[in-house]
Amino acid sequence: MLFRTLPAALATLLLGAISLTACDDDDQPATVTTGKLNFELENVVGAQSLAFGTPYATLAGDPFSVTKFSYILSNFKLTKADGSVWAEPESYHLIKQSDAGSRNFTIADIPPGDYTGLTFTIGVDAARNTAGAQTGALAQDNDMYWDWNSGYIFLKLEGTSTQSRTGVFTYHVGGFKDPYNSLRTVALPLPAGVTALQVSTTKTPELHLKADVQRLFAGRYPVRLAQMITTGHGADSSAVKLAINYAAGMFRIDHVHNGD
Amino acid sequence: MLAGLLMAGCHPDADVLTSPEAVPGSVVPANFPPPAYGPEQNPPDRASFELGRSLFYDPLLSRDSTVSCGTCHRQADAFADAGRRLSVGVQGRLGARNAPPLQNLRWRRTLMWDGAVSHIEVLPLAPLSNAQEMGETLPHVLAKLNRHPSYPARFARLYGPGPITSYQLLRTLAQFTAALTSADSRYDHYVRHEAGGTLSSAELRGLTTFRAQCASCHATDLFTDETYRNNGLDGRFPQDSGRAHITGRAAERGLFKVPSLRNVALTAPYMHDGRLQTLAEVLDHYDHGVVASATLDPLLRRPDGHLGLALDARQRTDLLAFLQTLTDDSFLHNPQLAPPR
Repeated sequence: MLFRTLPAALATLLLGAISLTACDDDDQPATVTTGKLNFELENVVGAQSLAFGTPYATLAGDPFSVTKFSYILSNFKLTKADGSVWAEPESYHLIKQSDAGSRNFTIADIPPGDYTGLTFTIGVDAARNTAGAQTGALAQDNDMYWDWNSGYIFLKLEGTSTQSRTGVFTYHVGGFKDPYNSLRTVALPLPAGVTALQVSTTKTPELHLKADVQRLFAGRYPVRLAQMITTGHGADSSAVKLAINYAAGMFRIDHVHNGD
Repeated sequence: MLAGLLMAGCHPDADVLTSPEAVPGSVVPANFPPPAYGPEQNPPDRASFELGRSLFYDPLLSRDSTVSCGTCHRQADAFADAGRRLSVGVQGRLGARNAPPLQNLRWRRTLMWDGAVSHIEVLPLAPLSNAQEMGETLPHVLAKLNRHPSYPARFARLYGPGPITSYQLLRTLAQFTAALTSADSRYDHYVRHEAGGTLSSAELRGLTTFRAQCASCHATDLFTDETYRNNGLDGRFPQDSGRAHITGRAAERGLFKVPSLRNVALTAPYMHDGRLQTLAEVLDHYDHGVVASATLDPLLRRPDGHLGLALDARQRTDLLAFLQTLTDDSFLHNPQLAPPR
């Protein structure tokens, strides 16, 4: 028997299922039973907004400017006070400083309720890293993929610095296997005064997140631009050190509009 | 129900195999283990396969339009680059390793000599972007395809209107690379008890020796266990650390993927760097050429302290005879796998 007969059989089944669903929809007016969350990502350097080419200094005093800053956030999860968790399906978001539109995204189909916890992963889980050709945020031509050694680059920071002997620096963080596993999941506390993200069928809370470039250079592994101008072109120990640094507070919820 | 259909698909049907309508590689051979990339993951389809075939043989995929996938992976060599220790890429540049044959890729859990590539669909990205091979970038190849006179329409017929995407390109190339099933050698006919499956007494003795001495690594009817091993070519690995370059683990220095031995008589030279010219040299290596190192595979250390496999002259002759039975002429000459006219 030929395998190519399979899709035909499956398609017939699927079509059947779809047409049944469609009939139900026709018979009953659609009622919205879920809510949404809007995210706005603002990349910053300390107290300043990030802009390409603007001179900044690390907390250690190294001058630098940024020419590229991109990262992939995934597997968003929302937790209620009772401990129940809702996970966004197909949860992959590519944020590029160069693409203003990418810094705003919406998570939909959320069961209404008061959510007190938010977690997400910086990077792409091992399963999707090894699943072949992808679309959307994970399409292999997204400028976030290592061709020679299959795997996603979770975060790219590139720029210039007079401290670098080449004048530039290139930090590409990726790797999902030990000993160089750079995947990090972060839990973001709600800002002071906000008790919950109130998701309802009529109100869409807006979260303003800030991502602070300073936190790559500072933390458990202080980075000096004279010493480290590049990560390896693949998973390596310098990538893991950057991941440990940025997982410890690069992202925070600056403020929330609960859609009043 | 799906399982039932899949099971039914596992039994090759002579009528189907020879039918001109069948896309090559649509059938899982009865003597093979379950594939890693089963046909249900990218159902073989005539138009997709033909488009993948066009792309495989199109030098447009290289920066200066001089090199196609088929330049270094030639059907007559089981899609290896026979006679070349290293292959020649754009602008006459030499690659770093011997081009491996492309066959039975459906069953590969990792690809490349060092396992750098995790999935058949992303396999083309490595040679595409390698400066010594095709020297391109994926966005630039997509731009070239999107302004090509015929590719946009061919992709649109399969995927609908809109620009050709990386997903479409990679899925389509996988239609061809996954179709490269070699399972019709005299050895296959022998193990499947089919017509034409007769082995000579020397070949049968070679098979017995093979099963005793070689099959622990060159396992199953794919003739590889898909592991990485140091087979004692060198004592140090300053040029190419193999698997360790990918994993960062010192314990994997000098380890390379156990290659399949299908069509091995046609894919000389041998080893990851093509250093051995003939199969006789390969057997000599295993008999008395194995070099000690910290990561040498334990199977090549004998209890008496000697290194390598003990193969007497008769066993080597028989093994050489047996290895010839793995040549699959119908694969090497299947017109459907040749460059499109």
